[in-house]
Amino acid sequence: MHYFEIFYRAAFIDNMIFTFFFGMCSYLAVSKTVKTAVGLGAAVIFVLGVTIPVNYLLNAYVLKEGALAWLGTEFETIDLGFLSFIMFIAVIASIVQLVEMLVEKFSPALYGALGIFLPLIAVNCAILGGALFMQQKDFSNVGEATSYGIGAGFGWFIAIVLIAAIRERIKYSHVPGPVRGVGMAFILTGLMGLAFLGFLGF
Amino acid sequence: MSATAREPLFSAKNKKLLSDPLNDNNPVTIQVLGICSALAVTVQMKGALVMSLAVIIVTMLGNVVISSMRNVIPPRIRIIVQLVVVAALVIIVDQVLKAFVYDVWKQIGVFVGLIITNCIIMGRLEAFALSNKPWPSALDGIGNGLGYGIILMITAFFKELFGSGKLFGIQIIPDSFYEFGYENIGLMLLPPSSLVIVAIIIWVQKARNPKLIEAH
Repeated sequence: MHYFEIFYRAAFIDNMIFTFFFGMCSYLAVSKTVKTAVGLGAAVIFVLGVTIPVNYLLNAYVLKEGALAWLGTEFETIDLGFLSFIMFIAVIASIVQLVEMLVEKFSPALYGALGIFLPLIAVNCAILGGALFMQQKDFSNVGEATSYGIGAGFGWFIAIVLIAAIRERIKYSHVPGPVRGVGMAFILTGLMGLAFLGFLGF
Repeated sequence: MSATAREPLFSAKNKKLLSDPLNDNNPVTIQVLGICSALAVTVQMKGALVMSLAVIIVTMLGNVVISSMRNVIPPRIRIIVQLVVVAALVIIVDQVLKAFVYDVWKQIGVFVGLIITNCIIMGRLEAFALSNKPWPSALDGIGNGLGYGIILMITAFFKELFGSGKLFGIQIIPDSFYEFGYENIGLMLLPPSSLVIVAIIIWVQKARNPKLIEAH
């Protein structure tokens, strides 16, 4: 139950897009049709679900203050926290590369569908943002971190699929020239964000 | 003029590098890059200012470093190289902010780290620094950082003014207004308002320059 709570919180209340605007670049660029949005959303769930636990272990056993205690008592006072950015991004970039290679090898059909999105994901702020929030939230075990990762990815997935569906429809409406495209996507996201504030209890 | 002749430091071409991103080629409103942090750190102008400075410094230095290494970076691993360079720069900025402006650092927190994945920086490295000399790259970096900063400051201006009646933490809207029943707009402090403000900026910008309008 406890895991579900973390999942629910990450997916709806602390939604990556609507509350923190993480991953807005690819969110706006790839939300023109539902089909591609589903592809990218699925890839984000997958990558967050894999990288968050790995980064959690990295943080808990290498980076956090006192995390190196397992090496011996003389390492207890070392705090490598300042290295977390570079370590997290290295982990993310290499896992994305690895996932890309594995998918290409074992499921060419999926690779065809996700192919172009996978490299994009390495520089998607949602992934690094997820890792940094995971570090801030100080989860007590890998299970919690994993459900956070999958929840955050799921929230992102919902957001991009919803906006893509709306954008597919709005093509047929008469939008004033200057806000056509990106401008309208911004306003729509703002309105959806207001709706999502409902989960917070506003 | 031969290719090796030195062009003046601020030739017309170089000035354009600096001024283009401020207007018709703005990284945030036109190219739609680096939105995440542009929207999230704009509740107060102070945070927005610090964030803009951090981004300007990182884009400039990142562009210079990558541009000076452009001939030795193997193309296949260039993304990793870029990430490492940018991450190192961001760590330095993060530590400096933590040391000198601790309260602001606490407020903008993880968003400093997210400069690493700010698409403006990666975008400029890919599109400009990899194929240009260090000096134009530096100008290009400053220009794009400034273009980003301007949008950030405008958004923060409206959010802070209407959300809490202050600018840079100093009260602007006089007490007498509040006595007449004026109230701060709570919505302005919430995340969705920045999206709407940026949308309005886009609207104004594109209305003034119709050639930027997108087709469906």
